[in-house]
Amino acid sequence: MSGPAGGDALVTVDGLTKRFPIAAGMFRKPTSFIHAVDDVSFRLGSGESLGLVGESGCGKTTVGKLLVKLQEPTEGSITYRFPAPSTGGHLAGSVDAANIKGRQLRVFRRQVQMIFQDPYESMNPRRAVYDTIAEPLLVQGIGDVQDRLDRVSEILNLVGLTPAGAFLFRRPHELSGGQRQRVAIARALVIGPSFVVADEPTSMLDVSSRTGIMSLMQELADRLGIAYLYITHDLAVARYMCHRIAVMYLGKIVEMAETEELLRNPLHPYTRALLSAVPSPDPMRRRDPPDILGDLSLPVDPPPRCRFYERCPMATDRCAADVHPPSEEKAPGHWVACYEA
Amino acid sequence: MIERPPNQPPTAGEGSSLFGDVPEIDLSRGRVDLALVRLRLAWRTLRDGWSIFVESRIGLLSLAIIGVFALMAFSHPLLMATVWTPDVYDPVTGYAFDQFDHPASPTWRHPLGTDSLGRDILSQLLFSARSEFILGITAALVTVGIATTVGAVAAYYGGLVDSLLMRLADLIIALPGISLLIVLSALFSLNLFYLALIIGVLGGFGGTAIILKSQALSIRVKPYIEAARAAGGGHFHVIFVHIIPNLLPLSLLYMMFTVTGAIFAEAVLSFLGLLDIRMSWGIMIHTANVGGYLLGGTEYWWLIVPAGASITLLCSAFYLVGRALDEVVNPRLRRHDG
Ligand SMILES: Nc1ncnc2c1ncn2[C@@H]1O[C@H](COP(=O)(O)OP(=O)(O)OP(=O)(O)O)[C@@H](O)[C@H]1O
Ligand code: SF4
Ligand SMILES: [Mg+2]
Repeated sequence: MSGPAGGDALVTVDGLTKRFPIAAGMFRKPTSFIHAVDDVSFRLGSGESLGLVGESGCGKTTVGKLLVKLQEPTEGSITYRFPAPSTGGHLAGSVDAANIKGRQLRVFRRQVQMIFQDPYESMNPRRAVYDTIAEPLLVQGIGDVQDRLDRVSEILNLVGLTPAGAFLFRRPHELSGGQRQRVAIARALVIGPSFVVADEPTSMLDVSSRTGIMSLMQELADRLGIAYLYITHDLAVARYMCHRIAVMYLGKIVEMAETEELLRNPLHPYTRALLSAVPSPDPMRRRDPPDILGDLSLPVDPPPRCRFYERCPMATDRCAADVHPPSEEKAPGHWVACYEA
Repeated sequence: MIERPPNQPPTAGEGSSLFGDVPEIDLSRGRVDLALVRLRLAWRTLRDGWSIFVESRIGLLSLAIIGVFALMAFSHPLLMATVWTPDVYDPVTGYAFDQFDHPASPTWRHPLGTDSLGRDILSQLLFSARSEFILGITAALVTVGIATTVGAVAAYYGGLVDSLLMRLADLIIALPGISLLIVLSALFSLNLFYLALIIGVLGGFGGTAIILKSQALSIRVKPYIEAARAAGGGHFHVIFVHIIPNLLPLSLLYMMFTVTGAIFAEAVLSFLGLLDIRMSWGIMIHTANVGGYLLGGTEYWWLIVPAGASITLLCSAFYLVGRALDEVVNPRLRRHDG
């Protein structure tokens, strides 16, 4: 199951780009853009779990939102290839995400879900846990009230909010951060998606329940064949969860490989810096910030050269003169975007 | 160790004491009555709101005043059906035969005296209370119904829809309210219901819509709206399930202010004799004015004071209830201004 996806990838992302205009005044055309996601390509097989790792603001969430069609890309394409469904009411075959609209979009949302990063703000404060989790079922018209209640209770038990009866009718402010994150996970999984963008789903859990939730998500992935794009800033978490890891820096994927290969043989200076800050193989230990020059900057109209140039300890004259390095396969399935790698 | 983004204040409810009355469902006992659970949830929200509201002494007092006026409104038909004979006590057509001179000063049988046409002032006062409530509440419901929808729709769709609705709101705000009502009531014969409708529509498409829209804008960008869309929720679902329910507390607040505005407008128009209304507090003052008693100083006080005081009291009471509700709706403002 591990390894890069072959030709029958569930998701194929090609040249994905998202630029946010910086407001330039009321009637003027914006002249500056945040290059949040810049020419990102990858594939993800069904049942596979791909980690997307990078510092805050590097564009991880934006990639996720583009994949679930909460935002539309500026350039590039996303292609889904859904296996033929056993039951009706699902998209099948190869579909270009840009063409999914209207009724099809609603069906698409049964198959592709997102666990949101911020469990404080991603729940309507006036609605009970039941309403939040049952929402996908309700808007998709699945089951009657009793069915939904059963399914919500079942998934609450599954994510460890037991007894379900004690949580069903709490409102978000009556839950701890970790409990909310479990609700966020339950909401995404209740409808039985085949692909889930999990945006830092365990960032607010304590260490012991983090492992529990991560193995639960893995178990579900194995049992139900769910594929994950697992977004995290923590390489250790990605190592635990993912078959492959993509390292992102200022809107670009700079390195991508199978998890063990990436950790054993990092080629990009940024990945090395991230790893040098991971001294212990224990995936649950807290780490110091990575040892690289300077701070992460906003990718506002970045110069065409390598994005990592300003902070790179290995930078050469060529790096300053040439455009951002293209991604090259240095070893089987090990892609790097760096001239010096 | 639980990590939390640095800008997240610890929220209420982290302490276990607040968990006490979360509705707990025993799932093993078969069917769960969802409606009943929701009722309990709504009740809990109401109770929590109430506990903040009662902290405001003025709000409580104002609520009591509104209660007294409501009792007055209810007492009129009762009195008419029991102790008050219609030919004497009818607020419009009655005549106090037991007095020779009108307006007559208060007596045991006419506790607030009579007006220049021999009609019982207390009866008029009680009768009018009901009209004021009907007027105020109708206008407030219309205003808030329109303003909430307009605000939510303008904020959600933005673009052309938003521009059109907001220009309309600007236009209505630019129109001088009371003078416009004066012109309208001079041109058309307005009864209480039409007046309520006009006030409601003007308020609903006017300033209240702008306020509710700006609130809706801040709701629209919340991640839970995005989450609802990711769940497959359409525009209708997002607007009516997520945006409008979060607007309702603020809507309720503006309902109170609308009631104040409507009662005041009615008083002004009635005083000017522009409304097609049988009896109201404004008409009572109008009648006194037409008879030339308004300039008579305090000699004929019962012609003016009861109606004038009622208008002032009920208007202020609704306004102050609104202010107290503000503390419930915007709890962040609490304890800042006293
Ligand atoms: N809707 C938006 N409008 C304008 N700029 C945006 C928008 N969404 C994201 N950005 C910008 O795009 C960049 C990438 O944001 P994104 O949320 O994808 O980062 P992230 O990797 O998820 O960060 P974090 O780890 O902090 O969640 C940031 O610079 C951010 O300011
Ligand atoms: S291309 Fe040059 S600047 Fe960029 S990461 Fe490689 S060495 Fe550093
Ligand atoms: Mg993010």
